[in-house]
Amino acid sequence: MPEYEAVIGLEVHVQLKTASKMFTDAPAGFGQPPNSLTNAVVMGLPGTLPVLNQGAIEQAIKFGLIFDSEIPELFQWDRKNYFYPDSPKNYQLTQKDAPVCIGGEVEIELAGASRNLAGEHKVIHLDHAHLEEDVGKLTHFATDSLVDYNRAGTPLLEIVTKPDLHSAEEAVALLQSIRMHLTSAGVSDCDMEKGQMRCDANVSVRPVGQEELNPRAEMKNLNSITGVKNAISYEIRRQARVYEKGGTVAQETRRWDADAGRTTSMRSKEEAHDYRYFPDPDLLPVHFPRHRIEELKAELPENVFDLQRRYESEYGLPYTLTSVICYDHELARYFEAAMVVYDKNPKALANYVANELQRERSQAEGDGYLPMEQVRLSPRNLAGLVRLIDEGKLTKQLAKEVIVDMFQGGDPAEAVMEARGIKPVQQDSGQLEEWCRAAVAGNAVAAQQVRDGNDKAINSFIGPVMKASRGTANPQAVREMLQKIISEG
Amino acid sequence: MDAKTLIQSTAFDLGRALRKGNTTATEICTACLEQVARTDDQVQAFVSLDPEKILAAAEASDQRRKNGQELSPLDGLPVGLKDIMAIEGAPLTCSSRILEKFVSPYTGTVGAKLLSAGMIPFGRLNMDEFAMGSSTENSAFRKTRNPWNTDHAPGGSSGGSAAAVAARQCPWSLGSDTGGSIRQPAAFCGVIGLKPTYGRVSRFGLAAFASSLDQIGPFGRTTDDVAALLDIISGPDPYDSTSWPEYLEPAMVQLNLPEEPAVLGLPREYFGEGIDPEVRSQLEQVIEAYKGRGFTIREISLPHTELAVPTYYIIATAEASSNLARYDGVRYTRRSTESNDAVDMYFKSRGEGFGPEVKRRIILGSYVLSSGYYDAYYKRAQQVRTLIRDDFLKAFESVDAILTPTTPTPAFRIGEKIDDPISMYLADIFTISVNLAGLPGLSMPCGLSKDGLPIGFQLIGKPFEEGRLLQIGKTYEQASPFTGRPAIANPS
Amino acid sequence: MQDRPEIDIEKLAVLARIELTGEEKTALSAQVADILGFFQKLQEVDVSGITPMAHPFEAAAPLREDVPADPWAASRSLANAPASRDNQVVVPKVVEDA
Repeated sequence: MPEYEAVIGLEVHVQLKTASKMFTDAPAGFGQPPNSLTNAVVMGLPGTLPVLNQGAIEQAIKFGLIFDSEIPELFQWDRKNYFYPDSPKNYQLTQKDAPVCIGGEVEIELAGASRNLAGEHKVIHLDHAHLEEDVGKLTHFATDSLVDYNRAGTPLLEIVTKPDLHSAEEAVALLQSIRMHLTSAGVSDCDMEKGQMRCDANVSVRPVGQEELNPRAEMKNLNSITGVKNAISYEIRRQARVYEKGGTVAQETRRWDADAGRTTSMRSKEEAHDYRYFPDPDLLPVHFPRHRIEELKAELPENVFDLQRRYESEYGLPYTLTSVICYDHELARYFEAAMVVYDKNPKALANYVANELQRERSQAEGDGYLPMEQVRLSPRNLAGLVRLIDEGKLTKQLAKEVIVDMFQGGDPAEAVMEARGIKPVQQDSGQLEEWCRAAVAGNAVAAQQVRDGNDKAINSFIGPVMKASRGTANPQAVREMLQKIISEG
Repeated sequence: MDAKTLIQSTAFDLGRALRKGNTTATEICTACLEQVARTDDQVQAFVSLDPEKILAAAEASDQRRKNGQELSPLDGLPVGLKDIMAIEGAPLTCSSRILEKFVSPYTGTVGAKLLSAGMIPFGRLNMDEFAMGSSTENSAFRKTRNPWNTDHAPGGSSGGSAAAVAARQCPWSLGSDTGGSIRQPAAFCGVIGLKPTYGRVSRFGLAAFASSLDQIGPFGRTTDDVAALLDIISGPDPYDSTSWPEYLEPAMVQLNLPEEPAVLGLPREYFGEGIDPEVRSQLEQVIEAYKGRGFTIREISLPHTELAVPTYYIIATAEASSNLARYDGVRYTRRSTESNDAVDMYFKSRGEGFGPEVKRRIILGSYVLSSGYYDAYYKRAQQVRTLIRDDFLKAFESVDAILTPTTPTPAFRIGEKIDDPISMYLADIFTISVNLAGLPGLSMPCGLSKDGLPIGFQLIGKPFEEGRLLQIGKTYEQASPFTGRPAIANPS
Repeated sequence: MQDRPEIDIEKLAVLARIELTGEEKTALSAQVADILGFFQKLQEVDVSGITPMAHPFEAAAPLREDVPADPWAASRSLANAPASRDNQVVVPKVVEDA
């Protein structure tokens, strides 16, 4: 029995982040009362005309710049004609022949052997990405349906990959990479729950070694990461099984039924779809200024995986930290801001961001992580905290308590310490020497072991000293003091 | 001033009388409303008319003028509007059953320009449904008559706009022209009609028939009036991406310059077979008049002329099939009460809502865009369109304007062509190329047939040279004034 | 008479979403075929190398700054709606299709 391999291409729809709609100045938004984000153009009233939103075009161009697409000198607009109640004009403005982005490459990272380990990286090629307008939203009831046109006219970027993917995991990794990069650059929020990112998958299966492609199934509107993963996995197994039994796979559209965990044929009248594309006579072609493209390029943040590689090589940060910080643009931005204030100890800073800050955010009231814009602990104050520790003025142990207050109240570390009555550690105080002498006196055996060259034995004194100091002592100073006392003998 | 004088006056004279305090907007509008009341049964130019609203607007205008706060020198003048332009709170039917109850919730750019000049929208004028037709017989509501002879069609699609001005129901009006819909009815009704250069006048608020061809333009009884109305409605518009982005000199500026003899081209393709002998002899008289004014007449060739009609009907129907998809019974158009599900709603609402010509053109347009035919029809038509435009550009290297008949015949009888679409399409043979090339075209009345029907000639100008075109028109107007008026417009 | 292409009036009516009576279908089939035959004239023209003219003048599309304006109240957007409920347009049951 031959081995099969899957060939997958994705069409990813991403809502671009703009203040207004693609072809009119009605605001773009989510979660507003029905039909409150509309105007004459959105409703497709007689006599209305489209006017292009420069912001949407720039967001699309940024996508192309992030993923190395070619941005052509000229791109234009076509009408795709079909009737549906959510489509106000019964044609969609889109780019059929001259899209805004041609080609491109998306670097993806597959899951590693464990969470702490980096996974394999691959490059997925793009065919193109084109701009179009979103449709309204239908809600179905028993005997009728309601239409809300708030979403109609929202700018959408349709990203079409080459059939470069070979597993559900790769498809998921592609979506994650697109999402990381686009959220980082502020191109889209890519929230699948809000429909800001939607995915159609074309899946076919062929025996390993076969050159030509077999008929493919197109799965529409996969609207969660899990849905994408399960639908593709199911479809690959289904098609392989059909071939194993000697059958043939039909080229068709299939619906993913998440509850039943399977895809079913939509028996769609494919041939009845004749979109009668033609160039939109209401819109002239766009000649986007090249100098503006250069400006946009300069505004883009560093590519996520490049940033990760740089943090690893430049700062020596481990994957466990970079995979948290770099993959979340808000954390990356936070970390960068803290680094501007204090760049002597990136690893400690990264640790505080990836662990302490995240823990506090997750424990804050409300669902999930406290949104970054509500976090009161500023990057400046976090950097200040790390600086105090590095200068030996605050122990790590106490810092764990201090940061809780800093997170709650937003005060700098010094203010929290003062409020809590924590004195900055006095490294050369007589008190420290007193605690240390008492500890050494209390364990003569260990003291002798140290003198015999067993360095680790010194650790057994540290606990009692810290205890006596109630955590205020600087461990490094304690260690030095102990060595001095023991060696004096 | 008495009502009889008022309705015979040009808009220019009415404006002057208003400014001098010799009349009021209320007087003018009242006179026009009376003339409508007297003649509407015969002409049937209006789809709707709201006298109360008109008189309230007139009163407001008179108040402004009294306070020295008039919005423009033309504040208070009524202007008739083809029922295809959006003005908030006014009906907008496109003479179609499917928009029968539609009241526009917004004002388009031309409407806004009229209102901000203090002008008074004077009724909604009948047209061929969605501007598709050449006789106004395709209106779902009324059959507008030619004021010169009510057995004859006023032309179309802006038949109501032409007929109302000819019948002295309003001093001027606006229409729209996609393939001759201003110039042909102007010629049939003995008034002046101008189709501006594509992009000179915003299309925002004009219900689209064929987006790459449509333009709004004025009807009037003098070149001065037509120029003044053109200047009010022209200009770049941020709401229309296809409006010409640069400032253009008002047509009135050029019109007031001293006359300068021009070189006029006579395209031989426009003077061949199929022209009514009376039209031909009137044109010869026009040519002589221009020669008498020192103009040079030169024969030229526009070799792709015979391809214009098929090219036009492919492009126009393709665009229309898509433009009219929005009339679906969902958001604002009439919905069939018979529908069981959404798909059924589309079929029935559109089946019941559209008339035969609109259906025919949508079906044609759907065909020429459908997969497998696009290249052979639509794309090819666009290529031929390039050839047609290039013919004109080449001709303009040696002439200042082109002189042609506006129509091959005077107004045909109502019902004469309605069952023969191709012969109806050929009625636009002299006007269509101008839209394909995006050029300005002016139709001037130049005489009457022996049956007493008006005959018009067309002047085609270089892009955005409406001022020059009107100036050339004015030369004829002065050399050989068209003073006729239909009996219906005579004082009773 | 020039070539008279075959036309599938049923398919065109579906594309155009227009219900046609039997009579209309017969009449339209003939008329549309006639008109298309009349269009055949274009097939004889040599158009090789000719750029299709989509717009009357060559210019670049103007771009609008991404600044939102006040939207309409739902009541204004739905003022002409044949049926509405809860500020939404009511349509007869949509039988789902791709």
